[in-house]
Amino acid sequence: MPKKDSSIQKEKMRISFYWAASCGGCEIAVLDIDEKILDVVAIADILFWPVAIDTKYKDVEEMSDKYIDVCFFNGAIRTEEQEEMAFLLRKKSKILVAFGACAVHGGIPGLANVANKKEVFDVAYIDNPSTDNKDKIVPKTKSKVKEGELTLPEFFDTVKSLDQTVEVDYYLHGCPPTADQIMTAFNAIVEDRLPPKGSVIGPLKSVCDECRFEKTTKKIQKIRRVYEVDKIEEKCLLEQGIICMGPATRGGCNARCLDANMPCTGCGGPTPNSLDQGGKMISSLASILGVEGEEAMSDEEVDTLIREIVDPLGTFYKYTLPTSIINRKVMKE
Amino acid sequence: MSEFEPNIIGFLCNWCSYAGADLAGTSRMKYPANIKTIRVMCSGRVDPVYILEALKKGADGVLVAGCHPGDCHYQSGNYKANRRMKLLKTMLVELGLEPERVRFEYVSASEGKKYADLILEMTEEIKRLGPNPLKKII
Ligand code: SF4
Ligand code: SF4
Ligand code: SF4
Ligand code: FES
Repeated sequence: MPKKDSSIQKEKMRISFYWAASCGGCEIAVLDIDEKILDVVAIADILFWPVAIDTKYKDVEEMSDKYIDVCFFNGAIRTEEQEEMAFLLRKKSKILVAFGACAVHGGIPGLANVANKKEVFDVAYIDNPSTDNKDKIVPKTKSKVKEGELTLPEFFDTVKSLDQTVEVDYYLHGCPPTADQIMTAFNAIVEDRLPPKGSVIGPLKSVCDECRFEKTTKKIQKIRRVYEVDKIEEKCLLEQGIICMGPATRGGCNARCLDANMPCTGCGGPTPNSLDQGGKMISSLASILGVEGEEAMSDEEVDTLIREIVDPLGTFYKYTLPTSIINRKVMKE
Repeated sequence: MSEFEPNIIGFLCNWCSYAGADLAGTSRMKYPANIKTIRVMCSGRVDPVYILEALKKGADGVLVAGCHPGDCHYQSGNYKANRRMKLLKTMLVELGLEPERVRFEYVSASEGKKYADLILEMTEEIKRLGPNPLKKII
């Protein structure tokens, strides 16, 4: 396809990558595009990419506004430093892409919203069995040492997604996004055929639509965790009693976990027509659980069945707690 | 300080519970004005998302009421609603909310008295719990 002569295209495209509260998997996902990375660097200069090239924050600060054409930003926002970088990169970029579940929905780090800074620090620095910290020292934003004062960025009580911090132009969902999705997005940018601003660059289907397993009428009488199942049958996992987030999750990954006989854990985030992944999953799961003989079931039996679902919050919002309707736990004062 | 008046949202099924609430009204039974009712075709129509949204927007309590077992006009909406509410409650506990804020009850068209008593009881219970704590943090 001939490349359009947009302002972005006159010279080599200028791109950047950044990581905030992330695991590094999204960085690896970029490298997972394999030799296509050569196509990328053939048409684009990478100006800033802390994991791979030696550039400093001040290099970004010195750029004129909107100097970067596209910035791919992965990771959630949980510290002052990440927030500052989100503001800075927003200012310096024409297009800001939230890259991966953490940036898009808060991701796994977002599960920390069942706690606050104090609880996280207590576990990480004090109560952890392998930690020896008699003086209970935890990071402080300011500490005096004999050479002067040292500072650290603030650690927030609540984890946020990127678009809860700055305006985001496009979203690439998944933990991490697949190589195909990344190339689709990259090509759409290069060929100047991006969808409307604010779009998720991904299909409107659910994971179930992409899943290879045969589906019949869904009804289950018992919940089973993966380790309790000796042999996975060649049919929908949910119908086998294994909680699979497929029906509540946006596709685009070609149901890759199901290809490995593992249930979908929901990394694609909510389906496009739903506001809340967990709410949708509660609705779907409760509709099919214990359907057989429901008229004869006592309330206690229903309770027992529901109790089989261990940690509904962690299961249904594994990747989306910060952007769900109720985005954090209420802490006791 | 004036007494805390809970704001309770009630999703009532058209065929039984809404008629039950109507009966309470036409029979001039007294019950607290804290409930704001929304008529739905069936309790099975109530998406957990509505309840999450109500709580987020500051409702102190949410009631879902439907036909008695065996009486749902769509056969099984009330069974589904019951299971959804139970599952939702276990999750609300993980979110640090009191599960008593959310209730599922069976109220038939002839149970005006049960409806009036239920609203009184639920209002008292939520008064004891105090305002929805999400109002302070979201
Ligand atoms: S989206 Fe997944 S792979 Fe990417 S940083 Fe977050 S946890 Fe890691
Ligand atoms: S629920 Fe899971 S296993 Fe079943 S069709 Fe959907 S994605 Fe496939
Ligand atoms: S199957 Fe589910 S968890 Fe696995 S990659 Fe796809 S969306 Fe993510
Ligand atoms: S019609 Fe009343 S609960 Fe279904």
